[in-house]
Amino acid sequence: MKISFEINGESTSVDVDGNTPLLWVVRDTLGLKGTKFGCGKAACGACTLHVDGVAVRSCSYAVRFAHGKSVTTIEGLSQGNELHPVQQAWTEEIVPQCGYCQPGFMMATAALIDRIPNPTDEDIDNNIVNVCRCATYYRMRKAIHRAAEINSQKS
Amino acid sequence: MRLKTPLIFSAVSFLLLVIVYSSDGSEKTGPDETYIQPPQVDSAFERVMSVVTHQRCMNCHPTDDFPRQSEDSHIHRFGVQRGPENHGLAALQCGSCHQEANNLSSGVPGAPHWGLAPRSMGWQGLDKFEIATAMLDRTKNGNRSLAEVEHHLTEDPLVLWVFEPGVNNEGMEREKPPLSKDEWVSAVKEWIASGAEIPVKE
Repeated sequence: MKISFEINGESTSVDVDGNTPLLWVVRDTLGLKGTKFGCGKAACGACTLHVDGVAVRSCSYAVRFAHGKSVTTIEGLSQGNELHPVQQAWTEEIVPQCGYCQPGFMMATAALIDRIPNPTDEDIDNNIVNVCRCATYYRMRKAIHRAAEINSQKS
Repeated sequence: MRLKTPLIFSAVSFLLLVIVYSSDGSEKTGPDETYIQPPQVDSAFERVMSVVTHQRCMNCHPTDDFPRQSEDSHIHRFGVQRGPENHGLAALQCGSCHQEANNLSSGVPGAPHWGLAPRSMGWQGLDKFEIATAMLDRTKNGNRSLAEVEHHLTEDPLVLWVFEPGVNNEGMEREKPPLSKDEWVSAVKEWIASGAEIPVKE
């Protein structure tokens, strides 16, 4: 099945089984390894990316649903050489420990501050429900607030 | 004479045993009713409500802001919430995990416009009579006429998902409602064609 969509701003087509998880296609067909496999059941959020700006769990997203849509992965979050506010904040706050789950958290956070520019702690608790086995949650909370701050300064 | 006494004793004992084991202590006054009673057929209302009150439907009709899931209707994992438009929160939308079809590898269920029923259509804690009343109440059902209610119940792919709910995250088939899709459609049409009458609660 031929499926065409935009990935990080560029058009692409893949010829795969339409029920293949988008994560598989992104990593193995398109070679973008930033998005991670965690649980395979849409539970942990490590595979979070954006489809038309919505944070989705790509391990549970059949690629056929991406046809005609715009997919953004962690590799496409920055604008050229300019880091996304979330990437800047993550760097400033030295958030990652092992780092494996961080791309998913960052993509979820980017979706959050896009819709709620100045999230409260409650907003963060309600929206960012990914799992980090290193328990970097405290640093992430600081980084999310910092990302919102950088974002507001830029805009 | 010595030879006949044990024979008579044995015959009497046998007869007593037959009498004891054939009696259930009740007097039979007519034919067994199990065989002459016609099978009970529930009314269209009862058949409709047997599906509506099943957890496959009820889990997405909460009266609060938290969807339920699974056969035991526990609160949806991960703190998932209703959100302002019944489709989740800013970065945790229903569509973050639920797509337009069941995902048989992850076990995440899916159907078009997956989301919660509006709060006005919250059914948890209501009995079948109260639910039916709410379904027909235009101030609660999205201002649907009776014809539109019928269309919603028999055509909406999210409603009809309950008859093909797929597998859970352990690969086990989800429990289906007591009617098949065809039986459901037939029951809904029969109920509405007869005036969508709601029986008086006994």
